[in-house]
Amino acid sequence: MVAPEQIHAAYDSKIEGNVIITKLDAAINWMRKNSLWPMPMGLACCAIEMMAAACSRYDLSRFGAEVMRFSPRQSDVMIVAGTVTYKMALAVKRIWDQMPDPKWCIAMGACASSGGMYRSYAVLQGIDQLIPVDIYISGCPPRPEALIEGLLRLQRKIEGESSFMDQKKQLIDSLA
Amino acid sequence: MKTAAQIAQALQEKFGSAVTATTEFRGEHTVTVALGSLKALLKHCNGELGFDFLVDVSSVDHMGREPRFEMVYELYGYGHNQHLRVKAAVSEDESVPTVSDIWATANWHEREAYDMMGIDFEGHPDLRRILMWEGYPFHPLRKDFPLEGIPSDMPEVAFTGIAPLEGGPFVTCSGGDTVSREPRSRGALK
Repeated sequence: MVAPEQIHAAYDSKIEGNVIITKLDAAINWMRKNSLWPMPMGLACCAIEMMAAACSRYDLSRFGAEVMRFSPRQSDVMIVAGTVTYKMALAVKRIWDQMPDPKWCIAMGACASSGGMYRSYAVLQGIDQLIPVDIYISGCPPRPEALIEGLLRLQRKIEGESSFMDQKKQLIDSLA
Repeated sequence: MKTAAQIAQALQEKFGSAVTATTEFRGEHTVTVALGSLKALLKHCNGELGFDFLVDVSSVDHMGREPRFEMVYELYGYGHNQHLRVKAAVSEDESVPTVSDIWATANWHEREAYDMMGIDFEGHPDLRRILMWEGYPFHPLRKDFPLEGIPSDMPEVAFTGIAPLEGGPFVTCSGGDTVSREPRSRGALK
């Protein structure tokens, strides 16, 4: 038993190696990007590939995105997988609006990105007309690997975000 | 057992001048009937002639011709395995008697014809749009409706826009041979 006055925190072997010094933004982004909970907006055949990506063979949980939440209030990234008809469009928008910030959107496949082969009176020509899209995935439908690639690119995008720095800047500006 | 040809002949005899034509094309028999006798003829087909299955109800828009629309009923009998097509011309201000009380399946088929073509069905128990939303102002399968759509807006329900029909990166273009028409031949996808 070592007397308390003899301990110096910097040399405590119990703490040493367990302390990481980093920027708050980097820590937050690291946590966010590794536990993206998707809102599966499965509207057409792309949803089948999305399900395959979540199943054991491709296993989205390797990248921390296996927790498909069917409640928008618990999810971080909306994967719009499939053809968005005008009849469905405002419902997608409403679900997007119910998701808490920070949130991201992946437009999976040709239809969600641009209307795809449906040049038609009934189909919205790209979900980006209604909600901001972070990642577009090409393919009709994209293979599960493509969805995983899209997810990894979203992770890379989240790494570069600076929400706390921005808040700090705003605060400083408001004081000046 | 009667063949479809004999059935068409029998219908012609029973309904007389109301049956305006019976045609045969590649073994398929079609009976064209005046709108006024349509329901009686279909009821007769279902009851006496054993057409217990209504395969499909569809409609055709002959724009520029009078009467403009045409209803098409595809009938089939599981007892005699015969197929019969019944057609009736409908002008724009006429309404068609419903057959949903004869074949329950006609309910949704007639709603589709009402939605897409704007044909009214008399006596239908629930004549609402089935594909587009209530309040959508157009009937998209009419010949005068452009494929790219017409802008419309119903706040809180739905809106529509215009779809670009050519020029996009994924669209085949006209002219040239089959290879150069493909999107991949253009720079965008290389």
